[in-house]
Formats: sequence, C-alpha cells, structure tokens
Amino acid sequence: MSTVSTTAVELVDYDEAIDRFDPVIGIEVHVELGTRTKMFDPAPQTFGAEPNTAVSPVSLGLPGALPVVNGTAVEYAIRIGLALNCQIAERCRFARKNYFYPDVPKNFQTSQYDEPIAFEGYLDVELEDGTVFRVEIERAHMEEDAGKNTHVGGSTGRIHGAEYSLVDYNRAGIPLVEIVTKPITGAGARAPEVARAYVQALRDIFRTLGVSEARMERGNVRADVNLSLRPTPESPLGTRTETKNVNSFRSVERAVRYEVSRQAAILAAGGTVVQETRHWHEDTGVTTPGRVKSDAEDYRYFPEPDLVPVAPSREWVEKIRASLPELPGARRRRLTDEWGYAEPEMRDVLNAGALDLIEATVAAGASPAAARKWWMGELARTAKQREVELAELPVTPAQVGELQALVDSGRINDKLARQVLDGVLAGEGSPEEVLVARGLGVVSDDGALLAAIDEVLAAQPDVADRIRGGRVQAVGAIVGGVMKATRGQADAGRVRELILSRLGVEG
Amino acid sequence: MSTISRDEVARVAGLARIDLTPAELDRLAGELDHIVDAVARVSEVATPDVPATSHPLPMTNVFREDVPEPTLDVDEILAGAPAAEQGRFLVPQILEED
Repeated sequence: MSTVSTTAVELVDYDEAIDRFDPVIGIEVHVELGTRTKMFDPAPQTFGAEPNTAVSPVSLGLPGALPVVNGTAVEYAIRIGLALNCQIAERCRFARKNYFYPDVPKNFQTSQYDEPIAFEGYLDVELEDGTVFRVEIERAHMEEDAGKNTHVGGSTGRIHGAEYSLVDYNRAGIPLVEIVTKPITGAGARAPEVARAYVQALRDIFRTLGVSEARMERGNVRADVNLSLRPTPESPLGTRTETKNVNSFRSVERAVRYEVSRQAAILAAGGTVVQETRHWHEDTGVTTPGRVKSDAEDYRYFPEPDLVPVAPSREWVEKIRASLPELPGARRRRLTDEWGYAEPEMRDVLNAGALDLIEATVAAGASPAAARKWWMGELARTAKQREVELAELPVTPAQVGELQALVDSGRINDKLARQVLDGVLAGEGSPEEVLVARGLGVVSDDGALLAAIDEVLAAQPDVADRIRGGRVQAVGAIVGGVMKATRGQADAGRVRELILSRLGVEG
Repeated sequence: MSTISRDEVARVAGLARIDLTPAELDRLAGELDHIVDAVARVSEVATPDVPATSHPLPMTNVFREDVPEPTLDVDEILAGAPAAEQGRFLVPQILEED
C-alpha cells in the first residue's frame, strides 16, 4: 500500500483507504438562532459590536442572576425539530454541563442532556448527482453559545505560545440548537460528499425556517465531524475521532477525506486510532490532535435548578407544524414538476444558485423555459466572466421578466434582447429604458419595413425576378438585406411575409 | 456499606478544582457516604405512584418575551475583573490539556 508522508503523518491514498475500510461518520451541527435576545437573558444579540457591550449579569453568571428561557428560542428549536422529522418531547429540562474555560463565565454551559427537546428524526439529503441519502437524526437540543477568546502574543494568534487571552462575552448566552446524527453508515466512498451535503441541507433549512441567518463565515453554523473506520460494513464500529469547528461546506468534505486517509494509514500499519478531539486547519487541510478524551470530559451534568421544565403542549407543536414553510427538498421537487425541467437541468440550476432567481423571474411573468434560458445562459456567462455569483449581478429577476415580456410582445427579438440586457448590466436602467435610450426595438411599422424592402429589391432585381419566378428560397437574401438595413431591429418572419406579398408570391 | 471511595472524592474535587488535603479527603469520603445513604432511604418510601422529579416547583414553560433590555456598561462589567485590556477580560495563558 502506498503512503505519502506530510510532516510525519502517514496518509493512505483515499481510494485505497476506501477499498480497505468502511467509513462511519457522525456530525454535530451547532446553529446560532436568530432571536433578538439571548437564550436565558434579555441582553441583545449583536454581531460585530464593541466587546462586552451586550452583556448582562446573567450572561456573566454573576451571583444572584437568574436565567429565564427565551420563548422564541424554544419555538425555533421546535421548528428545527419538526423540519428534521423529529418527535418533540412532551416534557424536557435543561442541565448544567460543568467545565472550566475562560469563555464560559458561569463555569458551566446551560444545555440539555438526557431530555432533548427533539429526537428520533431524519433528513433526506440530495447529493449532486441526484441520489437521495437518508441521514438519521439522534437528537436536537437547546443550549447557549460561549464567549470569544482572543489569544495575544505568540506568532500566529493561536492558543499555543500565547502570553495571555482577552475575553469578550457578547456571544456568551446566544441561543444554540445542536443537532446530532446517528452514526451515518453505508455512504462508503461518498462519505465526504454526504457529510458536506448534509451540512449544506441543514443550512438551507435554517434559512427557509427563518430561525437563523445561517451565515457560515460568521460562525452561525458550525460542524463537528466524527469519523471512524472498520474493516467491513459488518464489523463493529471502530474508534472515532471528533474534528471540531469545521466551518465551511468544503472543509467538512475535506476533513472527512483527511481523517479517512489518516486513520487508514494507522490501521493498515497495525496501529490503533486514539479516541480524541482534533483541530481542523483550514489553511493546510489537515487535522491535528487536541485533547485526549479522559477525565477532563466528565462534565458532571445535573438538572438546572434555576429553570423549570419545558413542556410544549401538543396544540402548540401542531400550530408550529402547520406554520412551517415549504422546505427546500419539497420545493425543489414541486418546482421541477411545475416547470417541466428535466432532472439534470434542475441540478444545474441548483448548483448555479439560480433557483430563487428563476422562481422570481417566473413570478414576474416569464415562462420557466425562458427564465432558465436567461439565467443559465447569458447571465451565467456574465457572472462567470465577472467572477461573481448570479445573485450579485446588477440585474433583478423582475428586470429579466420585463426583458422577456418585450421579446414575447415582439418589440425586440432575441438578438436585441441580449443588447438590452447588456445595457441593464451596464447600469443604464430598466430594459424599457435601455431599449428607448439605445433606440433598439423591432421595427414593427409595416410602412417603414416596406420602404426598406423596396430599396433592397431595387438593388437586387435579379433576385427579385428569381423569387417571382417561384424560387421562394431566394427570399433569404432579401430578408438579410432588410435586416441589415434595419440594424437587426426587424422581425425576420414579418419581413419575409411582406417581401412575398410585395412580389405577389405565395409563401 | 461504603459507596463513595476516597479516590472518587479526590477525582471529583479535581474536576471541580477544589484543593483538598488528605485529611479532608478521608473525612469527606465518610460524610458523603452518610449523605448518600440518607438520600437512598427516600427510594424505600417512594412507591411507584410517586413520579421522579428534578424540580420542586409544579411549574413548566416559564418563558420570557424575546425583547431586548438594557445591558451593563463596559466599565461596570469590567469593574470586577482582575485585569482587563481593550474592553475585554484579560485571563492568564490558557494551556491546552494535551
């Protein structure tokens, strides 16, 4: 078996690793809820505010401060649970997770332990080629975020070598929901892709539910990735590692691949994988060891005495269920049907991030086919040239709808429409404004067209004679001349009709 | 019958960062044993119709509206901090436990 060495860590080529071992993944996703206030105290949620300006006695855990649960956060947690096909607990409680770390001012995190608010669910995740993979959900529970440490001194801002650290508690107490999968088996070589697609599907769901802005780059959504290998799918589960804080979709995929290669090298050499927490390094694409799971992981959970249980009534749960928006998977299936797109066409639309844009363009009156043609054709090319996302182009779906309406009404043809679109993208105004300002627009005045036709016929009498003599296909030369004379602003079909009637020939 | 060992007391004290002398460990192991025994008697009188409870208040769903309220000033927040810098709490070097 070939191995490559990177800084003393042996790695097995991914494909070889998958040939010899069956990967099992488990993913914990934390999402910060987009409530106005924190989980247990009425300090506001802020992002990018000056340090320690959104902190109350409860955030700090000052003596005598008492937490009170944010009802909206509970509702959001239930929304997430329902969207993940979970059961919602009839009664659940909070617990203290005890540990010492400077970003946890109370010396415990208020979380849920043995009684999560949601449990036993699943999420059907669609992979890029359209395969649907079901991920079983173990639980989703409510907890609070920690503060933010900044390490000072040392070379890299990392914890190692730092002389001291500065702590900002603005984030301490922001509501989190942690979603834990059951062991994900059966993904085989596609484990990295499944992991990525799962986290991406969750992000889309959070946004659709309106429970979080779910911005990865702000750390609104954070993933911990567990991975273990076993010789065959029938073998018992192997020893797992937990790679913490993998905070982009691409990194989730890369981290799984890396751990597969790393653990395979250890196992293939007859070694044993150490059960430990590992850190993901975005820049180098590797994981390095963190804490070894040991006594330090004994959090001595116990029921939170300062909070009474949460017992969502079935009426409340059903009311929330009834208010859930259409979820991304269901929406994709419905729109594929409604629009009559082929599956590969829809996948291209999704991968290009064009779904919302096309939907809005269709809502603005364009046909689904026309909307797709613009966004996946001309506009996709422009976005690629400019190296921006489709949604970042300076054109709105309403404008694309307007453009297509101009085509549908015969005022411009496809060629002119592209020129109008260029004008819109250049910031010259709406399609109508560009059309007027640039003097585009199909010449639909028959009188003007006939004048142009007569000129061209007079210039090419031999062609006119051939047409009169029955060689109707020769009309193309005259049509071409008229289009040229009108700078393309004529409806070629109408021009053809007029020429033939002018010459007294049946089309 | 002893259920709480001296080692267990030492371990939990370590987790809670409570510094105990050997003499205190001996004494506490014995005292905690008595306490556990006393609490265990509750289960002798609790019949199956008495539901387990983790909270003495017969209340559920005590929620707060999601409405922000004023927070403390940074000066007030940092007043109790042993050290501060740039509006933040300054804490000594954090060492990874590895």
